[in-house]
Amino acid sequence: MARIDLANVRHAYGPEPQSDADYALRHVNQAFDNGGAYALLGPSGCGKTSLLNIISGLVAPTEGRVRFDGVDVTDLPTARRNISQVFQFPVVYDSMSVRDNLAFPLRNRGMKGVEAKKRADEVLDMIGLKRQGNRRARGLTADEKQKISLGRGLVRSDVNAILFDEPLTVIDPEMKWRLRAQLKELHKRFGYTMIYVTHDQTEALTFADKVVVMYEGQIVQVGSPEDLFERPRHTFVGYFIGSPGMNVIPTQLEGQAVRVGEYVAPLPIRPIIRGEPKLEIGVRPEYVRVSSEGIPMQIKRVEDVGRLKIVHAIAEGYPITAVVREGAAIPADPHFTIDTGKLLLYADSWRVDLGDGVQ
Amino acid sequence: MKPVNHKALFLVIPVLVLVAISAVIPLMTVVNYSVQDTFGNNVFTWAGTSWYENVLHSERFWNALVRNLIFSGIILAIEIPLGILVALHMPRRGFGVAVCLVLMALPLLIPWNVVGTIWQVFGRVDIGLLGAALKGAGVDYNYVQDPIDAWATLIAMDVWHWTSLVTLLAYAGLVSIPDAYYQAARIDGASGWQVFRHIQLPKMAHVLTIAILLRFMDSFTIYTEPFVVTGGGPGNSTTFVSIDLVQMAVGQFDLGPAAAMSIIYFLIILTFSWVFYAVMTREDSKPVPDEKENAS
Repeated sequence: MARIDLANVRHAYGPEPQSDADYALRHVNQAFDNGGAYALLGPSGCGKTSLLNIISGLVAPTEGRVRFDGVDVTDLPTARRNISQVFQFPVVYDSMSVRDNLAFPLRNRGMKGVEAKKRADEVLDMIGLKRQGNRRARGLTADEKQKISLGRGLVRSDVNAILFDEPLTVIDPEMKWRLRAQLKELHKRFGYTMIYVTHDQTEALTFADKVVVMYEGQIVQVGSPEDLFERPRHTFVGYFIGSPGMNVIPTQLEGQAVRVGEYVAPLPIRPIIRGEPKLEIGVRPEYVRVSSEGIPMQIKRVEDVGRLKIVHAIAEGYPITAVVREGAAIPADPHFTIDTGKLLLYADSWRVDLGDGVQ
Repeated sequence: MKPVNHKALFLVIPVLVLVAISAVIPLMTVVNYSVQDTFGNNVFTWAGTSWYENVLHSERFWNALVRNLIFSGIILAIEIPLGILVALHMPRRGFGVAVCLVLMALPLLIPWNVVGTIWQVFGRVDIGLLGAALKGAGVDYNYVQDPIDAWATLIAMDVWHWTSLVTLLAYAGLVSIPDAYYQAARIDGASGWQVFRHIQLPKMAHVLTIAILLRFMDSFTIYTEPFVVTGGGPGNSTTFVSIDLVQMAVGQFDLGPAAAMSIIYFLIILTFSWVFYAVMTREDSKPVPDEKENAS
């Protein structure tokens, strides 16, 4: 196990990158603590996989250094970094038996046959493929193959970190939950440093202690699931986390208050704004109360999603969503209010400190 | 129940007619010749299995057959590994891919008798680039007189002509391997040989099966090129079954024995190909014995 530090890492796949847009990873400074369970969350193409491959050494960063426990490993090849990695699509060695697939990385690192077999059997038991141990890996189903890949990722117990690159994409939903719970359990038992790439927020939030949200080649926020929900540092995090995403509405600052149309909402402190950025307020649909007083809105559509109803409306010319309990009545002349302290302010998409001490 | 109609038959009939004209009728004609004797004038007498017995007892046939087997064995042993080796070193992306593919395809586009003519001239000791160069270098090379040289020339010609087919097939297998396999191998600490043995070779297995089958069938029935280059000589040293067959049928007009020989030849190729195919595809889904890959 090791602490992993990425210092000023930038990466471009093409030669001679000019602008920020040429970089798959724009600028990453991030530490992954020893024994932490991290999720790298973001949309496709945001640089998650690049970041993972830079840690494992499959990709050499254009700039910056990678350190494991303070030792610079940027120039070390993958095999010497002692990392295990599970990929999105199953990788099995067709010509080997299921058990030999798992024992392969152990034997390559000099473990004796019997010992490697014993360890492989332990992992086979864990991933539920004990009975298929002697079978040839060719001809198994996609999710059995992916379990083998997962097993190969877990079989070495002395690795610096285990990296997962959307490993459950091809697994059916029920098995997904079980495997994810097992991974979480393994993390608790053995304290592996785990980094788990996904674009599925549920997966990220249930797996990780700390979620690293990436957007356009940068890390926009690192935090607990609660931080990401309550205090998104970037409007992207607001959209991406939560269902439905955060309401973001353009606004003007008036002293210690924000104005939208003819409505004014007070802020807890007078925010410090430099220059003339694009200002927006952000509020989670969960904190928008539909009532008979406040700001008037026109309801466009109501979605019933089981125990909750999602109200899509227009207020002051801007779309707004609210979440209400299933039984709650929606007044004929609907208005809305915003829960106190739940209003967030964004300048050029980045959150402005409103005196709650969290930056 | 669905109403029964026979429209589908009309769709099959064109193929049946074509196959009948191109394969079944000629084959049956040959069968017909092989059990009869004729002295011309369209007069045939029943000969039973005597032509078959003649062929099977003829040393000439067995010698030609052994030559065929040795030839196929040698060219497979050279072309398959060489083809794989070339495919492994071909570029995977960029401008080089197109250049390599076109260069590789060139020998395959040349008509077979032209290939024979090229090598026939190429190897001549008086004017051929290869023959004259070898002679100039002091090598005693003459494919017209020396059986070993004749064989070497035929093998070199076949390797030159057909290795690129193996290469193209192997390359197709290689490029279909996703990057994740190579990445996983690096994570697992696999050596270059292990990557080849456990990733590249298994992924190429299917196309290689086809390559081996094609090359075996083609080389076992080889006719045009040796006919043009050596004409079967010197002596009988490069007389393969097909050359012998044509000499017998066209040269000596022995239709009966030639027909019997054709049928035997056909059955041998069919059997060999079937056995090859059965052996090479049997591997799938067979359980492997425990500990087989131990510390490879």
